[in-house]
Parts: sequence; C-alpha cells; structure tokens
Amino acid sequence: MVERLKNLCSRCYIGLIILFLYAPILVLVMLSFNNSRSRVTWGGFTFDWYQKLFSNGQIMEALVTTLTLAFTSALLATLIGVLGALGIHAMRQKNYQIVMIFTNIPLLNADIVTGIALMLWFVHFIPLGFGSVLLAHITFNIPYVILSVMPKIRQMNVSLYEAARDLGANALYAFFRVILPQLASGILAGFFMAFTMSMDDFVITYFTKGAGVNTLSTMIYGEIRKGIKPEMYALSTIIFVFVFLILLAANYWPQKRKSDGAHVVENL
Amino acid sequence: MKKGSAVKSRVWLSSPYIVWIIGFTVIPLGVIFKYALTGREGGFSLEYISAIFDPIHLKAMVFSLEIALGCTLFCILLSYPLVLALKHLNLGKQGFTMFILILPMWMNFILRILAWQMILSNNGILNLLLAKLGMEPLQLANTGAAIMIGVVYDYLPYMVLPIFNAVAEIDEDIIEAAKDLGANGFTVFRKIIFPLSVPGLLSGIVMVFVPSMTSFVISDILGGGKLQLIGNIIEQEFTKSANWNLGSGLSVSLMIFVLISMAFTTKNEVEGKGSAIW
Amino acid sequence: MKKRIAGVLLAGMLTGIMICTVGCGEKKAENGSLTVFNYGEYMDPDVLDQFTEETGIEIKYEEALTPEEMYTKYKSGAIEYDLLCSSDYMMQKLIEEGELQEIDAASMEYRENIGDKYWELATAFDPENRYTVPYFWGTLGILYDTTKVSKPVDSWEVLFSGEYAGDIIMQNSMRDTYMVALKYLGYSLNTGEEKELREAQELLLKQKPDVQAYLVDEARDEVVAGNAVMAVVYSGEAYLGNQYNEDLTYVIPKEGSNVWLDAWGISKNCKDPDAAQQFLDFLCREDIAAKNFEYIYYSTPNEAVIESLSEEEKSNEALVPAEDATENCEVCVQAEPEIHDLMNELWKKLKAD
Repeated sequence: MVERLKNLCSRCYIGLIILFLYAPILVLVMLSFNNSRSRVTWGGFTFDWYQKLFSNGQIMEALVTTLTLAFTSALLATLIGVLGALGIHAMRQKNYQIVMIFTNIPLLNADIVTGIALMLWFVHFIPLGFGSVLLAHITFNIPYVILSVMPKIRQMNVSLYEAARDLGANALYAFFRVILPQLASGILAGFFMAFTMSMDDFVITYFTKGAGVNTLSTMIYGEIRKGIKPEMYALSTIIFVFVFLILLAANYWPQKRKSDGAHVVENL
Repeated sequence: MKKGSAVKSRVWLSSPYIVWIIGFTVIPLGVIFKYALTGREGGFSLEYISAIFDPIHLKAMVFSLEIALGCTLFCILLSYPLVLALKHLNLGKQGFTMFILILPMWMNFILRILAWQMILSNNGILNLLLAKLGMEPLQLANTGAAIMIGVVYDYLPYMVLPIFNAVAEIDEDIIEAAKDLGANGFTVFRKIIFPLSVPGLLSGIVMVFVPSMTSFVISDILGGGKLQLIGNIIEQEFTKSANWNLGSGLSVSLMIFVLISMAFTTKNEVEGKGSAIW
Repeated sequence: MKKRIAGVLLAGMLTGIMICTVGCGEKKAENGSLTVFNYGEYMDPDVLDQFTEETGIEIKYEEALTPEEMYTKYKSGAIEYDLLCSSDYMMQKLIEEGELQEIDAASMEYRENIGDKYWELATAFDPENRYTVPYFWGTLGILYDTTKVSKPVDSWEVLFSGEYAGDIIMQNSMRDTYMVALKYLGYSLNTGEEKELREAQELLLKQKPDVQAYLVDEARDEVVAGNAVMAVVYSGEAYLGNQYNEDLTYVIPKEGSNVWLDAWGISKNCKDPDAAQQFLDFLCREDIAAKNFEYIYYSTPNEAVIESLSEEEKSNEALVPAEDATENCEVCVQAEPEIHDLMNELWKKLKAD
C-alpha cells in the first residue's frame, strides 16, 4: 500500500517535471501548425509552413551552416581536447592546475565576454567569416571535451597499456586498442556535448561571425523584433522530432541486440 | 595520481591544446583586461574596474546574485525529489533521465524562452488554463518571478544530471543494509544518499550558478526590459552605448566575483561536470 | 548506450550534411560583391536574389537589431561594410564622422521615385541630400485597443495619468522613450537643456511602476494578444497589428511626436561605389520598392509605389500618414556629446530603478 502510494507520488512528480520541461516545446510545435504569421493569434491548423520551409533558401542555408559548424567544431574540439586531456593528465601537479584553470575560463566567463574578446582579437589577423566562427566554437567546445574525458582518464587502467607494450605492441597500436576503448564513452560524451553547445550557441556566434554567415540562432535573433517566421517553428519541430526518434531508437530498439550480442560473445 | 614512466612521456600530446588556449583564451582575455584597465583618457586606470561599485551596477549585481542563488536553490530542491523518484521507479538505467533532460536542448534556446513568454503573459496560456479552472490569473509576465522560472527551466538539467549520476552509482546493497538495520527512508537519504551525492551536487551548483549569474537573454525576454541583470548591463555597454572599456571593466569584475565564489564551493573540483551531463 | 546513440546520430548527421551541401551548392560571384548591413527583417530576401540575378553582383547580407548595435559592429571594423541602412540620427552621426561617401545623384535612374517631401525630411540629418537615400519612414505613436479604453486616446497623457497602470508598454529605446516624455512636457525631442531632460526623467521614473514592459517591435504582439491595452510603437507596426486585431487603432498624440526616416548610405570603405549606387538605385525602382513595401509594410517614401496602392491602403493613416499628421512631429537628430552622455546615464538609471 505504502509502496503503491510512493510509486504514484514518484510518477506524478516526474510527470510534473516533464510538463515543466516540455511545455514550451509543446507551444512551439503548436505554433508550427498555426495558420497565421503572428504568434499571438490562432489562425487554424495548417501544414503550409512545412512546405514553405523547404523552399526557403535562407533558412536552409542557415541550417547547413549550423550543422556544418557544429559537426566540424565538435570534431576538431574532440581531437584537440582528447589529446590535450591525455597530455594534461600526465603533467606535474602545478602545471596541471594552471592549465585546468584556463580550461575552465570559457565556462566561467559570460558568453558575451568570450564573444567580444574573440572578436576584438580576431580582427587583428583574420577577416570575420565562417572561419572565425569555427575557431570560436572550437574554443568554447574544447573545455566540454576535456571535462568529459578527464574523469575517464583518471579511471583508466594504465597497467593494461603497459602490459600491452610489454607484450610487444607498439605505442600507436596499444593506444588504439587499449587506451581509446577505455576513453570511448567519455570522448563520445564530449563530442555530443560540444555538438549540442555549438548548435545552441547564439552570443559568441553573433559577435564572431562575418557578413552573410547565418546560423539558425543568429537568424532567429534577427527575427525577434518583427516576429519569428513560422517556418522556423516548423524547422525546430522537425529537428526536435528527428533527435527524439534517434534517441528513442538508441535507447530502446537496440536494447535487445545488445543482449543478443552478449550472447554471441559468450558463445564464442 | 598514479603515473608510470610511459605515461609521463605523453605530455607532448597536449601541445596543440596549449597553443590553442594561449591563442584563443589567454590572449583574448588579455585584450579584455587591456580595455578594462584603460581609463577615459586612455592610459592605465582602475576607473572601469571599480565601476562595479556604482550604485546602478551594484544593484544589478545584487539582483543577479539573488537570481543566481534563487535559481541554484530551486534547482536543488527540484532535483533531489526527481532523482529519488527516478531511482525509486528504476527509470534511470535505460538512459531515460538523460533522454528527457537533454532532448529539450535541441529546440533553439531563444525560441524556448519566447515560448515561456507566451505561457506566462497576462493573457497567456497559463492564465487561460487558470481561468478555465476558475482561478485568479497570475501577474507573472515581466517580473522577477518570470525570470526565475526562465533560468530554473533552462538550467535544471545541469543540476539533475550530475546529482543523478552520483546517486546512480550508490551501491544498492548499502541502502538495503541500512534498511535492514532499521533506518527509515529519511535517514537513508540523510545518512547515505545525500552525502554520497555531494560531488554531483557541487558540480551541479557550479553549472547552474555561473551561467544564471551571467545570463542576459532570459532576463531580456522575460523581464520585459524592466529588470536588469549585470549581464544585461554589460551587453548594453558593448552593443548600445559602445563603451567597451566600461563593458570590459564590468566583465572583469564579474569574472573575479564568479571565480572567488566558485573557489569556495568547489576547491578546484569542477572537473567531471561535462561527463556528468552525458 | 551512449555509443549506440552516437553511432546513429553520427551517421544521421553525416548524411544530412552531405545531402545539404550537395543540394545547395556554392554561389559564384561574377561581378564582385557588396556587403550590406541592414535592420533585421527589413528587406524582402527575394530582392537580394533578384539583384544578384540582374547584375551578377553577389550580396553578403548582415542584420542588426538597433542603430547602436549597428554602429558598434560597424565601428569595430570587424567587417568591411559597403552599404548600410540606419535611422536618421545614426546616419547623421556617420556623416559627421566622415564614414559615408557622397552618392552620385546623376547616376541614379530611379532617384526621382522618392518624393520631394522625403528628401526635404532627410535634410534634417543630411542637409544637402548628398550622402543618403530614404528607405522607409513613419511616426511614433500609440497603438491601443479601442474596446478597452474609456475614451479615444489623443494625448501622451494616458501613459502618465495612471489610468491604465500595468497595461502600458513603452519603447525599449532611449531616444524614443525620452521623446515621449519630452513631447508630453511640451519640449523639443532634440532638447539641449539638461533641466528639461531631468524633468522628463522624473516623469518617466514616476511612470515606471505603471509600465508593464519596455519592448521594441514585440510590443505590437502584446497589444494584439490583449496582454496590454496600449503601446508606444512605430506606425508600421501599428498597421500590422491592425491586420491581426481589428479593434486596434493608432494615433499620433496631439502634443506631437517623432517622425523617423531610415536611409541608406555608402560606407567610405566601399571599394566599388558604382555597384553600391546601382544597388541603391535598384531599391528605388518601383517594382523592387513595392516588393519591399509588401514585405515590411512601413510607410514608403517611394511615390510610384504609393500611387499603385489600393484606396483602402492609401486611406490607412498608419501606412500613408495624412499630410497634416506629421505637423507637430520632429526628426530626431544626433545629440550633443554632453546631452547624449547625460541621456545615456539617465536611461541606465531609469532601467535599473
């Protein structure tokens, strides 16, 4: 009885939190079907915006820029970050701490300060454009990678690597076969963290971008005053549903395969 | 830290990163300091660093602090029951927690905050629902409460995830043993779950407190331009008043404040917060 | 688990990016390019494409929200802008700082489309019409819901009387907010008197508790949705608001107001003034100006466009202000540095209070 009551309370509470987190998303999804250009009047149900979305060259271009930027910056940040973390971890205590303080600075700084600082610095040597935004995104993405990978490096079993070397594996081979698998979850976590942050960033992009470079965030910002274009809601809904399905698939569908896989391994 | 000799030699791997932080963190920070330490007439001056003590700025700073502390507190209060409920229902295992918390982040941040504005406004969705239920409408739009809802909404996942991860790692046997020895639910929480969740809680505090202290977009949209956080003032100095020196001065003060307050909470233990999220 | 998410996501994204990049391709510039700086949503995107199609000149387009933001970005030198569009007082500031180059009027075929009245208006900030070309114009007034007021509004007084406490939206822009208070007090909006400004400040501080929010163009939506009874808005926003809610009406208070004019100028850094002038001329062409008009719905200074409007549109005051409507209105000009600094300081105090 008490147990059932507890279950009910737990479910209710989780439900409330989910409502809190998803209420605005529900609103945005509704707006994507709203047959009115104004967000405050309901003009009936329509699929128009979804059709218009794909013929809107500007939005499509911004989408491509956003995805390219997020992917490239996350990838490069992961590369630099993982190597960096491996190296920093091996440093002497004092150097280690100094580097970690600087690693945390972009996280502890207001976005606007980071953005403006980078802009003021970039103008000295490169023209603002896609490249400058990319550099900026890599800069604020690296800390996320390092902070995700570092705990895994700490837990890493170094003797395995040494054992591999003792058994005759060369450094590179041992790295890929022994070190990397141990870090994989941290690396992936860092990569996706970086990807998500890059997708969602507005302030830093805004200050470091050049003319003609638009991401979805900067485009939405430009539309705030005159009213967000409904196509934007449609696009956001599509992205949301896309990610939702992927996460759903990754969470539930392969669950079975995993046990099958384990089975196969056991049989081997 | 255990370090074999084979490990020591890999310090060089960090060289690209070191070059990167010097080029894109240290030097830009230097540029900001240079602006912050330049006075009205040019030349060295502490004028803009000390500008934080101007009553207007101090007031915004205090308000930011209130919002940041309030936000952190609400996030903690909302997080623990959620974490316990998830643990109770055994929902954590399948990545459910991460799933529900990360997914909203894939809708653009500005759009989500604009949606909150529509929910909270005088004739908004919330008041519409309240009216249907025969309740008095709430005057939330353009108040501190609206800003608070916005920041709690935006940063709640950053608090839940690290706490959840810390709690998920607690050995079920310990809790069972405590129960067998007669501890009730509250004692289990007080003596076992809470103490073991402290590392997660600390990284949660950092990840919530710092951005809510420095944010400006949320207060801009939900505060109706009537309420100013220090972030808003810094933003306006750069984009509206074109006073980069003052903007930089205030940024440096804010940064120092944040670093000092974080030093108290974390004692250099801010690591692992990234992984705590995923 | 994470690995699986990652694998699927990665594959999905890679294909997505590849499809998109292949699909969209790269635009090639044939006849050079122009970097254009404008307010957000202040031009029909098709116009830019059409210009590139007709002339082969590629356009790099950049947007800002406020004149001050634009000025900061321009002045930082981070991007070399060729053409920029901003408000009256900001254009004046740029002219005075020598940031704009002269426009060769003779080279512009469609310059005549802009009515004399508007060239005249522009002399307030560009005395000889040498540096700028008018783009859109309008007034600042009160947009209100006729069903929610006790009597028709005709004065700024309603904003200060306290009758509609909590239901008022003011402009979140320094010059516009002080304009309202100064005009209500019977002063010029370009006042150079510290005393008058301080008086306005007192009035605005007293008013602040009654103000629901300080917003920019979003103010229109709030009145449309009924979240507020009245808002200080630009005339163009009033027209749009009226499209969504027929109970709304727009009035220029009898004490007078601000008549604003947004104009284009060519930056001194522009390497290809001929192309830039071609672009400005293009904007004055009737079909293009009409396109922009239909996209933005602000009052256009392009008489060829005005003539082509329907009777209903012509009679809409928010769209085509009557001849005498702007009688008491003044153009906002760049303030003296001391006054500007004082206003900045007062505004900051007002907002922080």
